[in-house]
Amino acid sequence: MVTRTFTVVNPQGFHVRPTKTFVDKAISFPCEIKVIHKNKTMNGKSSLGIMALGLAKHAEVTLEINGEQEDQAIEELGAILTGIYE
Amino acid sequence: MTNEMTMQWKGIAASPGYAIARALVMNKERFVPERLTVVNPAEEQFRFIAAVGLAAVELDAIRQSTLEKLGAAKAEIFEGHLLLLRDPELVDVIIENIGAEGINAEYALYEVAQMFIETFMGLDNELLRARAIDIRDVSDRIMNKLRGVSFTDLVTLNEECVIIAEDLTPSDTASLNLQMVKGFVSEIGSRTSHSAIMARSLGIPAIVGAGAMDIHNGSYVILDAIEGIVIVNPSDEQLAEYHEKQQQYELKMAEYRKLKDLPTVTADGHQVELAANIGNLEDIEKVLDNGAEAIGLFRTEFLYMDRNGFPSEDEQFEVYKHVLEKMNHRPVVIRTFDIGGDKELSYMELPRESNPFLGLRALRLCFRHEELFRIQLRALLRASVYGSLKIMFPMIAVIEEWRKAKSILLEEKAKLQEQGMAVSERLEIGMMVEVPAAALSAEIFAREVDFFSIGTNDLIQYTMAADRMNESVSYLYQPCHPTILKLVHMVVEAAKNQGKWVGMCGEMAGDSAAIPLLIGLGLHEFSMSASSILPSRQLIGYHHYEKLVPVAAHALTLGSQREVLQYVSEYIGNKG
Repeated sequence: MVTRTFTVVNPQGFHVRPTKTFVDKAISFPCEIKVIHKNKTMNGKSSLGIMALGLAKHAEVTLEINGEQEDQAIEELGAILTGIYE
Repeated sequence: MTNEMTMQWKGIAASPGYAIARALVMNKERFVPERLTVVNPAEEQFRFIAAVGLAAVELDAIRQSTLEKLGAAKAEIFEGHLLLLRDPELVDVIIENIGAEGINAEYALYEVAQMFIETFMGLDNELLRARAIDIRDVSDRIMNKLRGVSFTDLVTLNEECVIIAEDLTPSDTASLNLQMVKGFVSEIGSRTSHSAIMARSLGIPAIVGAGAMDIHNGSYVILDAIEGIVIVNPSDEQLAEYHEKQQQYELKMAEYRKLKDLPTVTADGHQVELAANIGNLEDIEKVLDNGAEAIGLFRTEFLYMDRNGFPSEDEQFEVYKHVLEKMNHRPVVIRTFDIGGDKELSYMELPRESNPFLGLRALRLCFRHEELFRIQLRALLRASVYGSLKIMFPMIAVIEEWRKAKSILLEEKAKLQEQGMAVSERLEIGMMVEVPAAALSAEIFAREVDFFSIGTNDLIQYTMAADRMNESVSYLYQPCHPTILKLVHMVVEAAKNQGKWVGMCGEMAGDSAAIPLLIGLGLHEFSMSASSILPSRQLIGYHHYEKLVPVAAHALTLGSQREVLQYVSEYIGNKG
């Protein structure tokens, strides 16, 4: 299992479009992906779950990933979490 | 015409226009299922999965018809809904709950959907809060399938109406019968709600966020979606007034629509170009909707702001390419980054300056951080083959700055070509005129540039020595002052002598008082906010270039902005 914490920098927070990018990527991995923010845990393959976390700019988000390709998943998903979106 | 009392509510004008018709009040009381314990949870799970399947089929049909009627961007809403039907936190959790608690599918669906709706409504982010309606829309659809009932049908209305609802779901909006539905009012929602966006693309007037309203079915309603006012049971005077307003508005809009794809010409056939200013990628849609002939100023600062580090060459290339492709060979003037002054970057340590507007900003900063400048230029050069690109350098005061910027650009171009990369042969290179020194030396610059674009906001600030952010000296912001007009005149004349073109990309270019003067001075391109384009095109069509030339020439000889404005308004008043 790998765990790492990231900070959201997108000015509008992690809204619909970045969430879709994240979930599309998450679904492409076979491993289990948990997204944790303020003691709430959501399935990283659920856009509803991630949006419900209400990730604003500067939000601290922990990814907890378990299973096949977990190292690659945390790299790529972390990059999406810290990206800038129009 | 009625004994009922006239009442009025104020909301947000989300899609402009007027509507006058009877109210159709949508009673969207939600069905609240009972919690039942079931003998065979597996059967309930199966019913639920089947309902989700039916909902998906129906949604896909709506998505398809929205795609045909309104285009890909609007159809995306329903793609989102289809995704929700596969969302593990929704669907998997409901199936789990049915099994674990041994309850009926309806209640399990209601409970989970309600939890998400409430969570979303409580979020700080307005964009995410607005998504609560998607969850409601999707869960209602599944619920109807479970119960074997159909959606409230807005297709088969048989009388003209204005819809009054708490909120319209995307499904409601997409299925509106436009023959009958003249507009809608919702109690909640914002300009960025789906329903607001859909109303704008359907071209029907809409007011959102009007708050709780007490309107009876069948009452007469005036919807003023210019001011954002809903009038119920209007007086005869109000009805007459609004019929008049509606007619005027529709005439005006019909006029603008006719102008959208036309060139911009004066009544005597003198042609100019109306362009739009943009500061991010979202602005492009408005540019196209409003019939802009070009982008006259693409501010690239947004690429650098609100992030942790500089944008890479590839990232910038993608952005420039996107804009050029969207504009489909219409000219796009991209300004190299104007950082410094009031625009700071959190990740770039810049020395504190006591006069940042007179300090290390824009091109001056580029020379200090040449590698950043070169990255942007390479991205621009690579993108140049995707459309009609014009690169513009900001804040040039002396000719050495122009020559240095241009030679760096040519070096990068040569390097790219050596690597076998294509650069457009039609690429133009020009400069902003915003420093008075550059305007006064326009003749020298005109020999070497392909074009000028006059940045009036800074040009006025620097000419008047008045900070444009400082309200105490805001009276010195005088675009039509003869001094400013003289500077514009010098730039236009210098360019004309060398066969070059001149644009303007400050506020002044879209100012209806200034436009006749600028036409008279011979300006070629006017770049403004997209919403000013069609009104400006109409205004220009009323004027005669030949008559404006002497008007502008005379304005140059006057003593103050007040005199200029008075003179111009007298001229326009007498003209008809």
